[in-house]
Amino acid sequence: MLIKVNQLTKKFGPFTAVENISFNLDRGEVLGFLGPNGAGKTTTMRMITGFLSPSSGDVLISNLNIQEFPLSAKKQIGYVPEGAPLYGEMTVLNFLKFIFSLRKNENFNDDKSIYIAIDKLGLEKVLYQQIETLSKGYKRRVGLAQAILHDPDILILDEPTDGLDPNQKHEVRRLITEMSSDKAIIISTHILEEVDAVCTRAMIISNGKMIIDKSPNELLKLGKQKDSTLDDVFRELTLGEEGL
Amino acid sequence: MKNIIVITKRELYGYFATPVAYVFLVIFLLLAGLFTFYLGSFYERGQADLSAFFDWHPWLYLFLIPAIAMRLWAEERKNGTIELLMTLPITLMQAVLGKFFAAWVFTAIALFFTFPIWITVNYLGNPDNGVIVSSYCGSLLMAGGYLAIGSCISSLTRNQVIAFVVGIAVCFLFTVSGMPIVLNFFSSWAPQALLDTIASFSFITNFMDMTRGVIDLRNIIFFISLIVGALFLNVIFINKNKGL
Repeated sequence: MLIKVNQLTKKFGPFTAVENISFNLDRGEVLGFLGPNGAGKTTTMRMITGFLSPSSGDVLISNLNIQEFPLSAKKQIGYVPEGAPLYGEMTVLNFLKFIFSLRKNENFNDDKSIYIAIDKLGLEKVLYQQIETLSKGYKRRVGLAQAILHDPDILILDEPTDGLDPNQKHEVRRLITEMSSDKAIIISTHILEEVDAVCTRAMIISNGKMIIDKSPNELLKLGKQKDSTLDDVFRELTLGEEGL
Repeated sequence: MKNIIVITKRELYGYFATPVAYVFLVIFLLLAGLFTFYLGSFYERGQADLSAFFDWHPWLYLFLIPAIAMRLWAEERKNGTIELLMTLPITLMQAVLGKFFAAWVFTAIALFFTFPIWITVNYLGNPDNGVIVSSYCGSLLMAGGYLAIGSCISSLTRNQVIAFVVGIAVCFLFTVSGMPIVLNFFSSWAPQALLDTIASFSFITNFMDMTRGVIDLRNIIFFISLIVGALFLNVIFINKNKGL
């Protein structure tokens, strides 16, 4: 099992952002985190990647607790944080070289991987451009490139297609599907068609709690009407009484 | 160590990729010259030494160093790149040291470009170059002290203006703590031992000792331990606030 999440809880003062989330994820699976804004998707991802420490519960990456062995665990993860933050003053190539230098170790030291990532994401044309001058689509691709540079077993992508145009969305989804066979991938999204397009499993999170963990097809069957779409199911599950 | 150097390099690159470095260098050199020749009456003193130059350094640093330090962590937090940095397989200590060293190297570069004044004074007379070297060392150490404080404060906020203003205020306290403005506040009620302790934290006192050409271990230990202490707090603050 590549990722084991046990009863993960995060409190910010009196506010509970994530409550008792548990799941396992193995190679070949693409898990979609679904949920309204503020549901706790990002906080959960931040705990899985070791950026935030949980209030209780733990995260095991290949059986290593990320709080106890942060460096070994982080080596196996590629992460695109929300909004794909980057150092805007750097050129694309220098930025990727920087990430490579920090990821470099005895087992991973061939800088060809930089060019493989560049090729995969089609960044050849903008290599010497400053990141802050790039379009949103390119920035997102640079964000993805730094995450797959070291060919990690685990990919965690927080809203990877947010703000992209339909063609770019399609590209990113194609890339995720392409890589999914030998990795465990978690993506968060509130675009439901995306779940259908790339995920093998979908988890709905609302108010910090996991409500459902099923395959997209099973999710569809939960609809009250026969021809319910994922949209309907999502609304039924997350809106509660007030929304109906 | 490798990671610290990689981060230091990237930060330095960041200074020179933006106008920050050039604006700072020009203003620093202009002000250093102005202070020395007008306020310090370099020519009128008729002495071949650089005390008219070095005496102003604490005041110059008081305003200029927080301007360098303010961005160190506040910018990372504002742009979200802190999430990228902290999910790479590096330790927080490495990140803090890497950034601090970059800023310190940068001030060393600024200080280096004041060499024409050293040439001038050697052209005009026969100064004690030992004193000048020890003054330069003292100035660099003091700059490190200001930077460490600034870096620490920068980690408390995501707003660079706040980091700048609070940074100046705290640096001011350290600058003048040996002067009546601070000591009078305590002298009426505090025991002499406390007064001496407060006075010993003065940047000016510690720096002035070094500008006399005396390299006293106590002064060096003062600045080094101040830097270590501030950076240690810096690590704690980031750990506590990084997700907010």
